[in-house]
Formats: sequence, C-alpha cells, structure tokens
Amino acid sequence: MSAHTLLAEAGCHIKQDCGFPAPGLHSFDFKPIFSIGSFDFTKPMLLAIICMLLVVGFFWAAFNKPKLVPGKLQLVGEIGYTFVARSIAREVIGKKGDKYVPFLTSIFFFVWFMNIMSIIPFAQFPPASRFAFPVALAALVYITYMYLTFKTHGFRGGVKNLVWISGLPKPLVPLIVLLEFIQNCITRPFTLAVRLWANMFAGHMLIVMFSVATWYLLTPTWLTAVSGGSFGLAIFMTAFEVLIQFLQAYIFTLLASIYIQGAIEEGH
Amino acid sequence: MMTFLAEEGAQNPLIPDTAELVIGLLCFFIVFGLLGKKLLPNIQKTLAERHDAIEGGLERAEKAQAEANRTLEEYKAQLAEARHEAARITEQAREQGAVIIAEMREEGQRQRDAIVAAGHAQIEADRRQVTVTLRQEVGRIATDLAGKLVGESLEDSARQSRTIDRFLDSLDGSADAGAGNGAGAGAAR
Repeated sequence: MSAHTLLAEAGCHIKQDCGFPAPGLHSFDFKPIFSIGSFDFTKPMLLAIICMLLVVGFFWAAFNKPKLVPGKLQLVGEIGYTFVARSIAREVIGKKGDKYVPFLTSIFFFVWFMNIMSIIPFAQFPPASRFAFPVALAALVYITYMYLTFKTHGFRGGVKNLVWISGLPKPLVPLIVLLEFIQNCITRPFTLAVRLWANMFAGHMLIVMFSVATWYLLTPTWLTAVSGGSFGLAIFMTAFEVLIQFLQAYIFTLLASIYIQGAIEEGH
Repeated sequence: MMTFLAEEGAQNPLIPDTAELVIGLLCFFIVFGLLGKKLLPNIQKTLAERHDAIEGGLERAEKAQAEANRTLEEYKAQLAEARHEAARITEQAREQGAVIIAEMREEGQRQRDAIVAAGHAQIEADRRQVTVTLRQEVGRIATDLAGKLVGESLEDSARQSRTIDRFLDSLDGSADAGAGNGAGAGAAR
C-alpha cells in the first residue's frame, strides 16, 4: 500500500485543520511488505515480479504451442512480436538486427507491462518510477553496447568507435573526443535510465496529485466543483499515461536498438 | 499506519536501491531467458512456416507456371526448328535434284559429244583408209595401165587409144566412187 492511499484513508479534507497532504518523494517510498533480515520486500518489487510473470505467462500462452493458423492470443502476441521485430529491429539495425529481437522484445514488454501497472487498480504504481529498475535495464543495454562495440571492432577499433569522428579539423579533435566519450560512455546509459524513470515518476506524481486533491476538496461546499475538476484531470492524466507508458517502453527499446546499431556498424 | 518513510528523511531518488536492482535484473533475466530461448524461437519458426505456406505456395505455383511456360516455349521452338529443318531438307533435295538433272544433262551432252567425236574419228579413219586404198588402187591401175601400154607396144594406135580410153573410164569410175565418198564425209562433218 502506498503512502497516498493511506492519506486518503485518513479522510483528511480541506478546512479540517490538516494541511493538504501533497504527494512528494515519500509517495514513492513504501513500507516493506515483509523483511528478511535487512532485506525489505516492497510493493515495487512485488509489481516487478508480477509483471515478469505476466509477460512470461502471456507469451507462454501465446507462443508455447504456436499454430500455423493462429488463435486470438497467438495473433495478439504475433502483433507484439512483429512490432518489435519489424518496426524497431529491422527499421533501425536492419537484417543484422534479427538476432537482437529477443533481447529487444523482452525489454519492450517488460518495461511496458511495468509501466501499465501505473493505472491498474490496486497496483497503481509504476515500478520504473523507482530508479533501480530503469538502471538495471539501462545497465544491461550499456553492457550489450560495450560488448558489441569491442567484439565487432576489436580493442582499438572499439575505442575509436566510441570517441572518434573522422574528418575533423585538427584543433577540434581533443574537444570532440572528450565530448564523444562523455556522450557514449556516460550520458547515454544515464539518460536512458533517467528518461524512463522521470517519465514514470512525473506521471505517477500527477495522477496522485489530482487524486489526492479530488479527495481533499470533496466537501459539502462550492469546492466540490473544484474537486470534480480535479477528478476530471485525474482521469485525463490516467488516459494520457496510457500513451506515455507505451511511448516510453517504445523509446527505451528504440534507443537500445540504436545503440546496438551504433556498436555493430562498420566504422563511422 | 501513518508513519511515512519520507518523514525518516527522503532518499535521493537517483540512488538506486540495491535490492530493487537485483530483483529487477532477475525478473528481466527470467523474461529474457524464457522468451529468448523458447518462446520467440517458437514463433519465429511458425512465422517462417506460415510465410512458406502462403508465399511459398504462391512461389511454387509461380515456379510451376514458369516451368510450364518454358516447356511450351521449348516445344514451340523445337517445332519451329523441325519445320525449318523440313523446309531446309526439301530445299536441299530440290537443289540436289536440280544438280543431278544438270549433271545428267551434262553427262548426256558429254556422251553425245563423245559419240559424235567417235563417229567423226571413225569417218576420218575410214576416209584415210579409203584414200590410202584409193592411192594404192590408182598406183596399181596406173601400173596396170603402163604394163598394158608397154605390153601391147605401139602396134596399133587405135588399140592404143582404146586402151587409154578404157583406162580413163576406169579412172573416172574410181574417181566417181571417191568423190561420192568424200561428199558423204563432208555432209557428216
């Protein structure tokens, strides 16, 4: 149970001498469901595991015994699979991207399912708004990126691929090398993780904000109208989040494939 | 129930929680493992099979159609070639016939010429023989005549003149025979 649910249960309304329980960082911290020693098992972890089970369960049901003439579930799974295989892997990497499709598909669906948790009743929390989850995935993408870079180009070629741009005027070389290094080795994985995290964080914050405000303003006064407005916005933001959730999963996967493409392309 | 972790001091949200990191990685590896090792290869195979079943069927049909067309073309080509061959053979035969006829005509002409030439040679030979014979005859006759003239002396001029007349007559006779012979040879030539 998240902090804001507890707030709502407290039943605090305006003009009751209990200030507006504004959501904040504390909305993303949870009391452990159980603890084993110093290990606290919290709701985001539970949601991540549920998402893992859902992704695996869905694809198991869809693809375990695939038929030439697909059933409905298999068809939906195929649409998802071909979306990643065609619109992302083929589009960005080309024919060589085929062998990275399982990796990209796993990323896409795991991230998307986790994001959707943001608007599923009772779950209502995106695990990716806890920085560790995007970091875990971005780290895997980063390791893959580095591994492919050095595997494809060897050590010297790999380093060159990371920092070098050919055809530069001499005086610019040190600057560009520095910038390229920072971009490829530091900001890329960082922004990859932060982009997903910040979007989910902000989205969740907005929904919580308007939900809490709706409850807070719900009093037998004219403020009920404002409460209604807030409720409308909460619904609008929820709908908007549906789009963002998909988009962020797509962007994360797309960037992962762009990095892979950058790692395996011939010189640059 | 109302204790907030936030009140214990909110953490920097950009410091990842280690336990969450581990759980996140584990979850992803399970997803990736099952999808990558089993489920996605499954569907890849099925999609390939379906592609083969649909487009492969079309491709096979197209291939068969193309094969049939090619065979037809080949037959047509062969037929045309056969017709051409037949026409060529007919033409050749006609030419050969014409050549044979021409050759035979030439051969006939040649044989005719040969026969004619042989005839001429025969006639020439006959003529020579006749001439030789005639010359011998004339000589013998002249000798006869001379003998007769010498034998009978000059006792009787009348007799003498008679002898000469007889000689001339006989001479005339032989000349007439020779002239007739010569005229015949001239006409044949």
